[in-house]
Amino acid sequence: MISIRKVNKNFGKLSALKNVDLDLSMSRSYALVGPNGSGKTTLIKSILGLVIPSSGEITFANKSIASDWKYRESIGYMPQIGRYPENMTIGQLIDMMKNIRKNATELDDSLIEAFKLYKIYDKRMHALSGGTRQKVSAALAFLFHPPVLILDEPTAGLDPISVEILKEKILEERNRGKLLIISSHILSDLDELTTEMIYIFEGKVQYNNTIQALKEETQEKKLGKAIATMIGQKQLMDSINK
Amino acid sequence: MTRVIKYVFYDILRTRFILLYTILLLVSTFALFQLDSDSGKVVMSLLNIVLMVVPLVSIVFTTIHFYNSYEFIELMLAQPVNRKVVFIGEYLAVTFSLCMAFAVGIGLPMVFYGISASGLALLFNGMVLTMVFVSLAFLAAVLTRDKAKAIGIALLFWFYFSLIYDGFLLWFVYSFSDYPLEKLTLTLIALNPVDLARVIMLLQLDISALMGYTGAFYREFFGSSFGILFSTFILFLWVTIPFLISLRIFSKKDL
Repeated sequence: MISIRKVNKNFGKLSALKNVDLDLSMSRSYALVGPNGSGKTTLIKSILGLVIPSSGEITFANKSIASDWKYRESIGYMPQIGRYPENMTIGQLIDMMKNIRKNATELDDSLIEAFKLYKIYDKRMHALSGGTRQKVSAALAFLFHPPVLILDEPTAGLDPISVEILKEKILEERNRGKLLIISSHILSDLDELTTEMIYIFEGKVQYNNTIQALKEETQEKKLGKAIATMIGQKQLMDSINK
Repeated sequence: MTRVIKYVFYDILRTRFILLYTILLLVSTFALFQLDSDSGKVVMSLLNIVLMVVPLVSIVFTTIHFYNSYEFIELMLAQPVNRKVVFIGEYLAVTFSLCMAFAVGIGLPMVFYGISASGLALLFNGMVLTMVFVSLAFLAAVLTRDKAKAIGIALLFWFYFSLIYDGFLLWFVYSFSDYPLEKLTLTLIALNPVDLARVIMLLQLDISALMGYTGAFYREFFGSSFGILFSTFILFLWVTIPFLISLRIFSKKDL
């Protein structure tokens, strides 16, 4: 579905992505893991066309995204920090999004219901707490039944009950055969929600396989420990090679 | 496109700045008409407002507006909307609201007190100048990520075209006054939209005689239909070129 070919991205002297090669296919769920500033958000933003790669190509359903914008109809994106027009109310914002994506006929307002957002429809965006903002972002990402869902740290800042609601929703969509890309630091969540793992470090893809394979390779039962062991092994290999 | 324009337009109306700007122009124009019954003199006084205030308000308002709608732009670009459509929509909405404010603020009193040819020319030049400075403001806004820096660049544009360039031109004409400079100054004037608008207006007002021999030369050039077409064309180049450059930068910008 999405293929990323030799993508590099430099911000001035800093190179955020180095020769990234990835294939993401439908009805799979990918966990995007890596330390802060390793290039996860840059990779996500490149797929969305918000960041233009310095070199390399990204294709969506075999079409290059370089000068295309229609493909974003198939993507639901939940940003890490939701930034919205401050003087709009939640209701106006949701109406505007519906208006902009008129092609979507069926709407999925289950998250609006579950988060009880309709109760605060007339609240302005600048008056919202970080968690409520996150709920709005989540509701908007799922609103148009997109076949591809890209969630950048979806559970950060949410209260425990809302986290459970969101996770349930994500699992439901996964079982419908959607392509999921989730970046997070909460590995127990990723263990539940995803089946594949992509580990990025300093802009390079260091590991790309199923979580099951990773656990078998490292002989650990928990994803967190498995990743720690994998990183330890990698560092050891690197020092030997040097 | 119309949907984007609609939302940007609503957003601009909500800040009420445009309303304030319209009222300011209305009050000052009415006051000038009250002070003087000769419409030519009124247009002359209004000319100073048009040449100084309109560019300043346009360029500062547009730059601030662009940064305030950064969230909106970011949100739109993650949706199935073309980047260029977002940018052009922003541009058209801002230009339209500023031009409307100007047209109502200056035009309404003129209609009330009787409109003249020079009045119409003033309206036209003011609107084109608004467009020029909105374009320049968009250029300033896409050149940097920092709001304060962008406003700095925008103000620099205004200082340059309203004050610094004139100083340079005066110095140039004075130091080389022994040579025939008519054609050269004509070119130099075309390089500054504010000067271009000023010369067109002065010729309209028929006070070019005050400018001596050079005035007569300009009159011959700008008075002819070719001269009018030429200067209007150059003014529109001042609108389109900065806009196209900023559109190009914006379509490759990381958000």
